[in-house]
Amino acid sequence: MSDKPVLTVKDRLKIPVQPMPEQPPQERIHNVREVPLGYTPEQAMREADRCIRCKKPTCIDGCPVNIDIPGFISLISEGKFLEAAALIKKRNLLPAVCGRVCPQEEQCQLHCMVAKSLKDPSKAVQIGKLERFVADYERAQGELPVPELPPKTGKKVAVVGSGPAGLTVAGDLILLGHDVTIFEALHKPGGVLIYGIPEFRLPKAIVQQEVQYLQKLGVEVKYNYIIGKIRSVEELLDQYDAVFIGTGAGLPNFLGIPGENLLGVFSANEFLTRANLMKAYDFPHSDTPIYRPKNLAVVGGGNVAMDSARTGLRLGAESVTIVYRRTEKEMPARIEEVHHAKEEGVKFDLLRNPVRIVGDEKGWVKGMEVIKMELGEPDASGRRRPVPVPGSEYFTEFDAVVVAIGNSPNPLIPRETPDLRTQRWGGVIVDEQTMRTSKKGVFAGGDIVLGAATVILAMGHGRQAARSIQEYLTTGVWDQAPQAGTQ
Amino acid sequence: MYEILEKKVLGPQVTWLVVRAPEIARKRKAGQFIILRVWEEGERIPLTIADADVERGTITLVSQSVGKTTSQLATLEVGDHLADLVGPLGTPTHVEQVGTVVCVGGGIGIAPIYPITQAMKGAGNHVISILGARNKDLLIMEEMMRAVSDETVVVTDDGSYGKKGFVTNALQEIIDSGRRPDLVIAIGPPIMMKMVVKVTRPFDIPTLVSLNSIMIDGTGMCGGCRVSVGGKARFVCVDGPEFDGFSVDFDELMQRLSAYREHECMALARWKEQQAEPK
Repeated sequence: MSDKPVLTVKDRLKIPVQPMPEQPPQERIHNVREVPLGYTPEQAMREADRCIRCKKPTCIDGCPVNIDIPGFISLISEGKFLEAAALIKKRNLLPAVCGRVCPQEEQCQLHCMVAKSLKDPSKAVQIGKLERFVADYERAQGELPVPELPPKTGKKVAVVGSGPAGLTVAGDLILLGHDVTIFEALHKPGGVLIYGIPEFRLPKAIVQQEVQYLQKLGVEVKYNYIIGKIRSVEELLDQYDAVFIGTGAGLPNFLGIPGENLLGVFSANEFLTRANLMKAYDFPHSDTPIYRPKNLAVVGGGNVAMDSARTGLRLGAESVTIVYRRTEKEMPARIEEVHHAKEEGVKFDLLRNPVRIVGDEKGWVKGMEVIKMELGEPDASGRRRPVPVPGSEYFTEFDAVVVAIGNSPNPLIPRETPDLRTQRWGGVIVDEQTMRTSKKGVFAGGDIVLGAATVILAMGHGRQAARSIQEYLTTGVWDQAPQAGTQ
Repeated sequence: MYEILEKKVLGPQVTWLVVRAPEIARKRKAGQFIILRVWEEGERIPLTIADADVERGTITLVSQSVGKTTSQLATLEVGDHLADLVGPLGTPTHVEQVGTVVCVGGGIGIAPIYPITQAMKGAGNHVISILGARNKDLLIMEEMMRAVSDETVVVTDDGSYGKKGFVTNALQEIIDSGRRPDLVIAIGPPIMMKMVVKVTRPFDIPTLVSLNSIMIDGTGMCGGCRVSVGGKARFVCVDGPEFDGFSVDFDELMQRLSAYREHECMALARWKEQQAEPK
């Protein structure tokens, strides 16, 4: 491998983007296995050769956890896959997860100079796919080596929630010699990685393995522990030197229209949790039932909507329609997810908004009244505001409706912790730099602070919080509470 | 973890389990529930905490075998373990001295009304319990309820024990006798709670009901347990399980409880077949 010819920038720019092989759409909608199949070592090395090794790599700035991207890509070019994995893991303990679910096109790849030189954002170096490749390669080698850990500090940290934010905090702090205990409300670890993101997008075995690795490092995971109920945050502070709250955005938003409590109307959380966490696709071999829609409407345009739609297909739906009030351009879902959904036959009813859900005499959904929308002036998010077209309502038949219009921060802990300050919409208020909350010794991050955001932003928060917890544990200094209005 | 320490059969299809759960025992309050899974591929079902023993570190669960999961639960023996147990969940009953409290428990609903009755009595209320069952064999926890009530009325649908009639008849009788309860708490099948509310509404007697809707996580995450209360969608798992009976849309609740009836029947039939197969 060392006798590779030296490539010039020009040579590198000529190498085409290496597509990742995928299960064909018509095959994959009949199984829950992962859609992209992964690079071969040859494909990965070829893709890695596309990186032009910028002197000032802008891609790193686009990464919320600042992975040494050109560094690990160089190692891939040289065939040093395990070294590449080790380099990524210095900054990101969950590369197999991030390689799959990060929106790279809005982050590292958005800043890629290759894409800029070729004037085509889709021609960026496929950083996410390469990250995934090395993580999978490393995992395939079997038992991962455990790094040498520093002597125990004697400090104890409680992490509430085992989603991406909590896992990152736990991973970072265990490597610093602290004792870390994760309290998880459900019976399995991973938070949204396990209950929300479907198997076909993120195999659960990967999440399990990442958590097992943390456990090997010494992280203790307690399942079936709902902090705020079985123990208060105050009680945790009696036993732990610091507490991190990463309880996520586990409160589904509903449309607030008539008919939403009819049978056959589900929050995306319920639909996905049944299918993913509870393996309802395997009913009756697993005990949790799920309604198998024939003609499903999914309301919303984010990744969760795409996940719900594609889950509907895998449950045997003959027709699945995304109902979204703006156009495809404004959809918050990743391009790749929309592309996969389309390939699989999901229909898109754009510029449409549900007005009411209609039921039959037994209380089951039989359809939805929808109004046409048009785009007006830009709103606070900068996207053009959808406005209803008067008199354009019409009825379409559906036998199930999944509502995927976002989630709010889970209120359990804020409700039971009066001195934890929150935004009016429910988010826990933290200092943006330190992730400190208004309560001494308590830090927070991820969706409980941001509202429903992304896995990598949650991990970025986790990283920041871990740094700040370390500082607090070492110095014992707690600066004043965060200012009102900061995130 | 979650070892079964005691098991009793209270009646046909009704099982009493004492489970090791020291932290839940210490924390639980009247009106709260747990969610359990029986085995690795099991579903999550909510059950009220009927009683707890802090010193022994146990909670008591009473389950009626209606579907696959509850039937399977009933096959567990002392020494067996539940796969998962999480709690205490839900908002505890607001317990205070209000005067005369009527606690109505219908069928398996007597189990969840027990800790509330105990707490209401403990708060210094005059407690009248009305216990209802279809017949004598199905009446559970009578002695326990008598022990925490000032007065107890037992009714059975068929008259095989106590007075013949429904809990609503007994409640109506109390009101007709000129006594005005300050609070009525009713737990039982949704139709029973709906009828209780019909009795108390004309007299404007505050009436609490405890709902048992379909749940998964129990933390407010899935929204599957939502029910209309006063025209607003409320989550039974975190906002409840107790609500003002006058505001609950019982018809919607009953409808939502039927969501997976076909699946439930199929799973139960399959389970029975498996049980019948020679090992």
